[in-house]
Amino acid sequence: MKYLHLIVANLFRKKIRTTLTLGSFAVALFLFGLLAIVRGAFNQGLDVAGSNRLIVINKVSLIQPLPVAYQERLERIPGIKLVTHNNWFGGIYQDPKNFFAQLAIDDDTFHSIYPEFVIPDDQWKAYKEDREGAIVGVKLAQRFGWKVGDRIPIKGTIFPGTWEFNLRAIYTGKRPADDTTQFWFHYKYLEERENTYWHGLVGWYVVKVDSADNSVRIAKAIDTTFANSPWETKTDTEQAFAASFAKQMGNISFLIMSIGAVVFFTLLLVAGNTMAIAVRERIRELAVLKAVGFSDIFVLVLVVFESLLVAAIGGAVGLTLAKLLTLRGDPTGGLLPFFYLPTQAMAVGAVLALAVGLAAGIWPAYSAGRLKVVDALRSV
Amino acid sequence: MVRVDGNGSGNSLVRVRGLDKKYQRGSEEIHVLQGLNLDVDAGDFVAFMGPSGSGKTTLLNLLGGLDLPTNGTITVAGDEITHLSGGKLTSWRARHVGFIFQMYNLIPVLTAFQNVELPLLLTRLSKSERKQHVETALQVVGLADRMHHYPRQLSGGQEQRVAIARAIVADPTFLLCDEPTGDLDRKSADEIMDLIDRLVEEHRKTVLLVTHDPVAAARAHTLLHLEKGVLVEAGKVGSSAGGRP
Repeated sequence: MKYLHLIVANLFRKKIRTTLTLGSFAVALFLFGLLAIVRGAFNQGLDVAGSNRLIVINKVSLIQPLPVAYQERLERIPGIKLVTHNNWFGGIYQDPKNFFAQLAIDDDTFHSIYPEFVIPDDQWKAYKEDREGAIVGVKLAQRFGWKVGDRIPIKGTIFPGTWEFNLRAIYTGKRPADDTTQFWFHYKYLEERENTYWHGLVGWYVVKVDSADNSVRIAKAIDTTFANSPWETKTDTEQAFAASFAKQMGNISFLIMSIGAVVFFTLLLVAGNTMAIAVRERIRELAVLKAVGFSDIFVLVLVVFESLLVAAIGGAVGLTLAKLLTLRGDPTGGLLPFFYLPTQAMAVGAVLALAVGLAAGIWPAYSAGRLKVVDALRSV
Repeated sequence: MVRVDGNGSGNSLVRVRGLDKKYQRGSEEIHVLQGLNLDVDAGDFVAFMGPSGSGKTTLLNLLGGLDLPTNGTITVAGDEITHLSGGKLTSWRARHVGFIFQMYNLIPVLTAFQNVELPLLLTRLSKSERKQHVETALQVVGLADRMHHYPRQLSGGQEQRVAIARAIVADPTFLLCDEPTGDLDRKSADEIMDLIDRLVEEHRKTVLLVTHDPVAAARAHTLLHLEKGVLVEAGKVGSSAGGRP
């Protein structure tokens, strides 16, 4: 600690240069934060996917339905504890820009399969008693200013006509990453109104298995059970399903990591150049430190710590700004419902900033450590 | 007692024998110091003069452990420094040498206090002990009231006094001064030399001074000329020259 002032004092030597270098780190880490947010948004399901849940879809494609009668057959397969089904509704609330997921759910099983979603008991009871009842996530309710008791009209696209719902419950998630932007209503309501076109069909099944270790075996058993039928199935773990869903939009992770790598490489060049100049212009001072008895290693560490300090401050500013941005919620109006910066991503950002700081400082520091006092004192 | 004939007593504070220093400049070999001998007792004040390029600064650098000779030995207070490794030589410098440079070489982003404190950071002294030492050193050079000023807020003479305080704060075995008045006007130069005189007379410091300035050199007890790589005794100029303890 007694040497700290030596490091800090040098930050104030060239204030504009220090500010610009700090700014470089701040901008780069802010951008990193944004990329991490976007990556997280596209991979939303991956982080929260249940390890003991399987998704059963029509083998042809996700938009093809499956018979509701499969539920009982699925329940008979060994290792399966619970089965529920979901149906994509795809309606529009007021304006097509107001996108959010609407699902027709099976009341009897849905709540048990997704324990991460919390619904107050009285609200759940009220929902069950109302055929036109609906449940929405807390973020969705906040987005449109809905409260329990509101009547919500939704214009169907797949299922024609205007559908009116009574908001009976608002759910929350146990984890920050849980999706609280969905809209759920009774499957029975859907089936009742669409008793010709959609009668006896569901969108996909969600299966809870006894152990995640048995997931692969059970998935295979499910697909074998329905093989060579008119409605063949394709079963994946929830995580694999979420990953394949994300991949439909391209390899977002690769794209984001590529951009991030370019940003950090550029930052390394900028910071490395700055540190090299900073050392070169005070060669005599470093030589004086050595002349009065500071060792080569001390001088090396001093320069490295200067670089690390700049990286730490700039990085902290950038990550903090990115985090603050997320506190205002999704700025896209619903396209990125998972708009938050996880602590893990912040930690990775901090490590990357320090790594760049170290890499930028190490060569100038090495040069400073090897400096010959006599030569340096002779320099102008 | 200062001798350059290699016959000094074994009790000399600084003992140099057969000192050679060669530099390679391109294909040319430059023999800066040639078989130089020197004995300096504790409390002596020796000035070295000579034309530019005669090797004065090279000699000072060798005596201060900043450079290594091609041949020969340097012994200071019983320690032969010419065979010390880089790290040990650095530690030795911290304990035994106080440097005063022509260009002051203060660190501009540190206050006078912090500049003077630098050598003490390498010691085990507590913060309050360091503070006490720094304040004492700044009082000795007459700048106790400027301890929180930055170098840019001081005149050249004041900067050099801060540099002197930095050189003496750890109570080194001897002071090596390389043209300490070379960048100062006459008045400031005289003040600096008065201060160095006081360090010798009142604080019993051993001072080795390189200078081009005959007025500054005249303050020394012994004046030596460096000519063609060897030392020549020019005369004892001080009242107590040669007879000092």
